[in-house]
Amino acid sequence: MSAMPFEDLEAAYEMLAMAIDSAGAQRETLFLTRLVLLLSHELGDITAFRNAVGAALEGLE
Amino acid sequence: MRPAGKGPLDSLYFNYPNFPARHVPELDGIAVRHPVVIVGAGPIGMTGALVLARYGIRSVLIDRKDTFNDGSRAICLARPSMHILERIGAVAPFVEKALGWRFGRSYYRGEQIFRLEMPDPPGEKYLPMYNLQQQYIEQFLHDAVSACDLVDMRWQSELVGIECRANSVSLGVSSPAGDYRLDADYVLAADGARSPIRSMLGLRLKGENYEGKYVIADIRMDHDFPTERRAFFEPSGNPGGTVLIHKQPDNIWRVDYQLREGESEEEALREENIRARVSAILADIGHEKPWELEWWSIYSANTLCLDDYRHGRVFFIGDSAHIVPIFGVRGLNNGLADADNLGWKLGLVLNGEAEDQLLDSYSPERRGATLEVFANATKSTRFMTPPTRGWRLAREAALSLSLKHDFPRGLANPRQMQPYTYSESPLTPYADRDADFAAGPIGGSAAPNARLADGTHLLDYAGNGMTALLFCDGSPNYAQAALLGQLGKLDQRFVPLLIRCQGSLPQARAISDENGEIARLFGAEPGAFYLLRPDLHIAGRWKAIVPGEILRTASICLGRQMP
Repeated sequence: MSAMPFEDLEAAYEMLAMAIDSAGAQRETLFLTRLVLLLSHELGDITAFRNAVGAALEGLE
Repeated sequence: MRPAGKGPLDSLYFNYPNFPARHVPELDGIAVRHPVVIVGAGPIGMTGALVLARYGIRSVLIDRKDTFNDGSRAICLARPSMHILERIGAVAPFVEKALGWRFGRSYYRGEQIFRLEMPDPPGEKYLPMYNLQQQYIEQFLHDAVSACDLVDMRWQSELVGIECRANSVSLGVSSPAGDYRLDADYVLAADGARSPIRSMLGLRLKGENYEGKYVIADIRMDHDFPTERRAFFEPSGNPGGTVLIHKQPDNIWRVDYQLREGESEEEALREENIRARVSAILADIGHEKPWELEWWSIYSANTLCLDDYRHGRVFFIGDSAHIVPIFGVRGLNNGLADADNLGWKLGLVLNGEAEDQLLDSYSPERRGATLEVFANATKSTRFMTPPTRGWRLAREAALSLSLKHDFPRGLANPRQMQPYTYSESPLTPYADRDADFAAGPIGGSAAPNARLADGTHLLDYAGNGMTALLFCDGSPNYAQAALLGQLGKLDQRFVPLLIRCQGSLPQARAISDENGEIARLFGAEPGAFYLLRPDLHIAGRWKAIVPGEILRTASICLGRQMP
């Protein structure tokens, strides 16, 4: 996986927070799922995607 | 607030003095025109008076209270503030009493996810941070004020009116000894977040309020943990809210905890609820022994400031000009920088060494610093008190991933206060000369310090006017010597320092740099030249001297030329 500069990660964090708010509580899950699907397409690497899904599931409560 | 049965000044560890009202000459009809009147004898007002005194300027300092502040409670002094305290001759008791620190830890659900380590370059004289209760900060500054003949301290003296005229300001003062008028050339409004002067002049702070609320409690306990900043996200001791813990001298600990969304403020502030919450938090960090409650209060974050910190002959310094969130310790520290910035400028102007237009740079420089603080503080505030569902979810995702992954951990960085860089200031006219350097501090930034072979530090030798650092290998050449001479004529306080020079010049101090560490620190080859302002920020730097630019920079810093 490529390392993102911290400033970019921070910008992504802020963009994500604000996008969740603009999607609204009703549509938030759909928005996040669409976002991940788009990102997986951008990523173009099924192994990396599988690993990310695993890491995101780990420790969920 | 204090526990039931205790008076407002009934502290576990601090004896509040009682300062009487004095009989002053104005009460006998003796009208004196004062160069400066400072309203508010908190840390910022007292520092302002002491910076002016460093330039020989007299001031009258009035405060409506009869003792030190019990309200606002700053506890962190950053390194640049220690330098300000040093320059006003007040730093010794701070070094002795305060707890220096440079580390912090952030936890998520009890597990450490972030280790804060503030840079501590080997040449620096002071640590990045010091914890000290505001009562002591005020006491030590007041000791310095009391020892200074140039400050006329008047307690129990309340400002009741202000009239701004073209060439002076007239103030109405009310005290138990009587009411009187005070006339001043300039007024410094250091009268705090609820500044009466601001209201009297019809000025308003503008900006944002954040909803998240924190309870701030000071407690006394015998607890064995080093002086570090600890932040607990989602701790079991305060479910749904963040907790911050800081150590202070005298076994006093600051516990800040966030209230849950929708929680009643009134309920949260009841003494039994404070005790229960603090006990749960302490149990969470493994403290089972007894503890005592000293004081508590409630806080919500704001980023508010005035459009202009100057209103004619009235200057706003500290909280009267800007209110910043506590996360990142910028309130007190930025106020001290205001007092220092305005103090040297006003000192030089009142002495006739600088022209009045120099004062125009105060507001852009310090308001610029405030806006940068807002940008940083807004980020840390959104992390400490996520304002909406989007921010809460994003934070939970980042924190929970931080348990196993390194990449999001930096988001939990508290972004502690850094000195502001005046690179955009009119007093830094040749910032583009930075491009000629591969390393070293940029124009407008605070000068780094270097430890010398004899244990003293480079900045110990800087003056209270302009200071030059000339790097050379042999003797200064004719052009360099001539430039230093011209700077000396421009500024009677000018101090030239020759770094690593073999030869010498009359009235210039040679500082040896045998292993080249100072040169490395400043990214300086032989021939390089740094010009420092009285507040030890870099007014400009040149790879080789350009006398016209250097003299113009010094002239602008003395208000003699328009930027």
